[in-house]
Amino acid sequence: MDKMPQWADVVLIPLISLILAAILSALVILAIGENPIDAFNLMVQGALMRSAGWGYTLYYATNFMFTGLAVAVAFHARMFNIGGEGQAMLGGLGVALACLYIPWPHWSLAIIGATVGAALFGAAWAYIPAILQARRGSHIVITTIMFNFIAAGVLNYLLVNMLRPVGAMDPATAKFPEATHLPTFRDMFSTADNIMFRGAPANVTFFIAIAACVLVWYLIWRTRLGYEIRAFGHSESAAKYAGISPVRITVIAMLISGALAGLMSINTTMGESERLILNSTEGAGFIGIAVALMGRSHPFGVFLAAILFGFLYQGGAELALWTNIPRELIVVIQALVILFTGALDNMVRMPLEKLFLALRRRDA
Amino acid sequence: MTAPAIELKGISKAFGPVQANKDISISVQPGTIHGIIGENGAGKSTLMSILYGFYKADAGEIFIKGQKTLIPDSQAAISAGIGMVFQHFKLVENFTVLENIILGAEDGRLLRPSLAKARKELKHLAEEYELNVDPDALIENLSVGHQQRVEILKALYRQADILILDEPTGVLTPAEADQLFRILDRLREEGKTIILITHKLREIMEITDTVSVMRRGQMTATVKTSDTSPQELAELMVGRKVLLRVDKKPATPGEVVLEVENLRVIDDKGVERVKGIDLTVRAGEIVGIAGVAGNGQSELLEVLGGFAEGTGTIRMNGTEIPLSGLGADGQARREAGICHVPEDRQREGLIMDYTAWENTVFGYHRNPEYQSGILMDNAAIQTEAEAKMERFDVRPPDPKLAAKNFSGGNQQKIVLAREIERNPDLLLVGQPTRGVDIGAIEFIHQQIVNLRDQGKAILLVSVELDEILSLSDRIAVMFDGHIMGERSPDQTDEKELGLMMAGITQEPEGDLAKVVDQQFALQEQEREGEANG
Repeated sequence: MDKMPQWADVVLIPLISLILAAILSALVILAIGENPIDAFNLMVQGALMRSAGWGYTLYYATNFMFTGLAVAVAFHARMFNIGGEGQAMLGGLGVALACLYIPWPHWSLAIIGATVGAALFGAAWAYIPAILQARRGSHIVITTIMFNFIAAGVLNYLLVNMLRPVGAMDPATAKFPEATHLPTFRDMFSTADNIMFRGAPANVTFFIAIAACVLVWYLIWRTRLGYEIRAFGHSESAAKYAGISPVRITVIAMLISGALAGLMSINTTMGESERLILNSTEGAGFIGIAVALMGRSHPFGVFLAAILFGFLYQGGAELALWTNIPRELIVVIQALVILFTGALDNMVRMPLEKLFLALRRRDA
Repeated sequence: MTAPAIELKGISKAFGPVQANKDISISVQPGTIHGIIGENGAGKSTLMSILYGFYKADAGEIFIKGQKTLIPDSQAAISAGIGMVFQHFKLVENFTVLENIILGAEDGRLLRPSLAKARKELKHLAEEYELNVDPDALIENLSVGHQQRVEILKALYRQADILILDEPTGVLTPAEADQLFRILDRLREEGKTIILITHKLREIMEITDTVSVMRRGQMTATVKTSDTSPQELAELMVGRKVLLRVDKKPATPGEVVLEVENLRVIDDKGVERVKGIDLTVRAGEIVGIAGVAGNGQSELLEVLGGFAEGTGTIRMNGTEIPLSGLGADGQARREAGICHVPEDRQREGLIMDYTAWENTVFGYHRNPEYQSGILMDNAAIQTEAEAKMERFDVRPPDPKLAAKNFSGGNQQKIVLAREIERNPDLLLVGQPTRGVDIGAIEFIHQQIVNLRDQGKAILLVSVELDEILSLSDRIAVMFDGHIMGERSPDQTDEKELGLMMAGITQEPEGDLAKVVDQQFALQEQEREGEANG
């Protein structure tokens, strides 16, 4: 028997975790002499009440969806891909090369090229840790962390020494050609007399992220490969018994994971900055871990968690802008949410399970 | 009439909605051996855990030697004179026997006085109960039988008058089990009270004075052993009539299906586990591999099933099949007509978190009939699973339930349904009834015999001698990676097979147990030699 009804597992636990994180955050805000209710109102106002706020929230959410899916797919094969950051950086390189060196006639074609480039480069960057894990047993957590640093170094070198336009001061590529600029939400949803999403970076990539959620769901729960990935993740010994090759599954799952992380750079590099800059990932690769944890590695959960974290990012920026709450404290609040939803899952789960058991016993 | 050594009155314990013990009362006279028998999940272990202070009973009282006693933790149980020998030993592998015995019962901050006292006490105990163990040997160098003695000594050192043994013979050879029973006999003579938990009817009949039967958390009967029969006990356990022997016709072996020549397997640690085995299995016969766990049978199955590598030659229907590298995986084996019910259904045979229907195609999930385009045809798989579960009487017959929510017997039926319904030329079966209740054992044995009667070859590996004897048409005994010999089941008995399982082929002279003891001493020396070299 399952200990709890499914709705409690999927809805109640994250909700209680969130409320706990919110209470603790409120105490922290109180402690530095600000009003937590005002702060919360400000976050909601800034992130959700105006279309421009939504434009930012969904822009961040797009990043988190890709990196969250990346971590989730690896989780299903019981691997902890911490390298989303590095894979996304390399994905950015793929996007930049595709945009700069291929003369695209229209953005709709360019985005296909950029998708291929981002996925290939991200997957390639995940391939090395994957093959090291599968063949040599090098732990994927260690190798992917190290590959984040290597990726940052590689990107730094390439931007400074090879891709930087002659005479430019900052380590970045040239601006991508006009034909590769992606339509933003403002371009898509504004009417002549009503301008929506003014100045917000959300763009068409959001819909690619949603498509990615749907495709990952099909992959994991409806295809043979997904069946094998999950089987391997649940029990390697059973997978071997069934003739599922651990090497093959490890490598394929990591390739998919790396490709998904790489896709994030379409949003940041092609959609927002329209050139490749240093640190375009802004830690989204790491947020992806929290998103996958909170979303229980389910694509729909990842979708919701990504939007929540998008809200926290944008709301936090608003707080920093309008109040005396320092930027660092916003990181604390985000960290509390991650702590409660990701790491302290059992703290909420165990009392709840007991409660449900007690309720059931009384009914029986 | 003396006060009973232990008396339980109205013990009840529930885990959530599951009533593990319900109003249980027993009374055990001092100086007797009391057996508790029941199927898996009948509540035996829960009851003993309450007695040993691991769980707190929801209701009921415990009387020790007539005194009402509260047992909130194991410390209280020990001071009440209760000692427990667990199925899985609680010993520190790299400590000596002596160090293990005083562990938790040291007299002071310095070890030396406690060790000296324990050494003296141990010598005394060894004389009194014939419990001979070298006090300075490391646990990891002792045989399983000797490790168990250390557990008993630990309890006696703590002045236990009441010993609880939980499935003590599960890991022993028949000869070791006989020795254990002699020790228990001796303990009884000295006035100790023993509670023996087991699911083996033979042991109950052999050694106990009284026996209680548990079923679904309730005590269904307590009888004098001399007044009952295995048949009656089995019926009390299951709640209906059961066949203890498998009903089967003589085999009619046909063509050779599997040929194994000089098979060798080296495990991950570089230890050779299978040391050159020759074996044939014909169509329409069941070949049983007997042996104590850990003598290479598992590795043999794993190589044949394609999830471990080995060297040598294996021919299936005359065609050689690869033992390593490409084409040596479970997928290739299944295509060659080898299906496999693995020894450990939870680690290998099933994905415990998968639903039953997902598990019914596990290993066959690449077959074309389960695909529809690039997706898997889940609807077809579910329909098929439902039919399979009905044919194999899996309860509850709900394909959407996760495998971990089925009982052991029903999990095994899911694996059997999957493998047998493939109609393989060769079926590998490992421990088909481990942790399976009596009712399901009967069914599982019948399915295996039916497959044989359809002219299929079956290789059975089991550590249960009863099972090997009643199912096999030919028996091969494995010891230390070798096949010690083959016997026909009607020309051998448990005694001979037991000796072969301990590495002795010809009938020894003199006291049987002594020879076995010597054999183990030799093995231990060898092991020590290996460890030192």
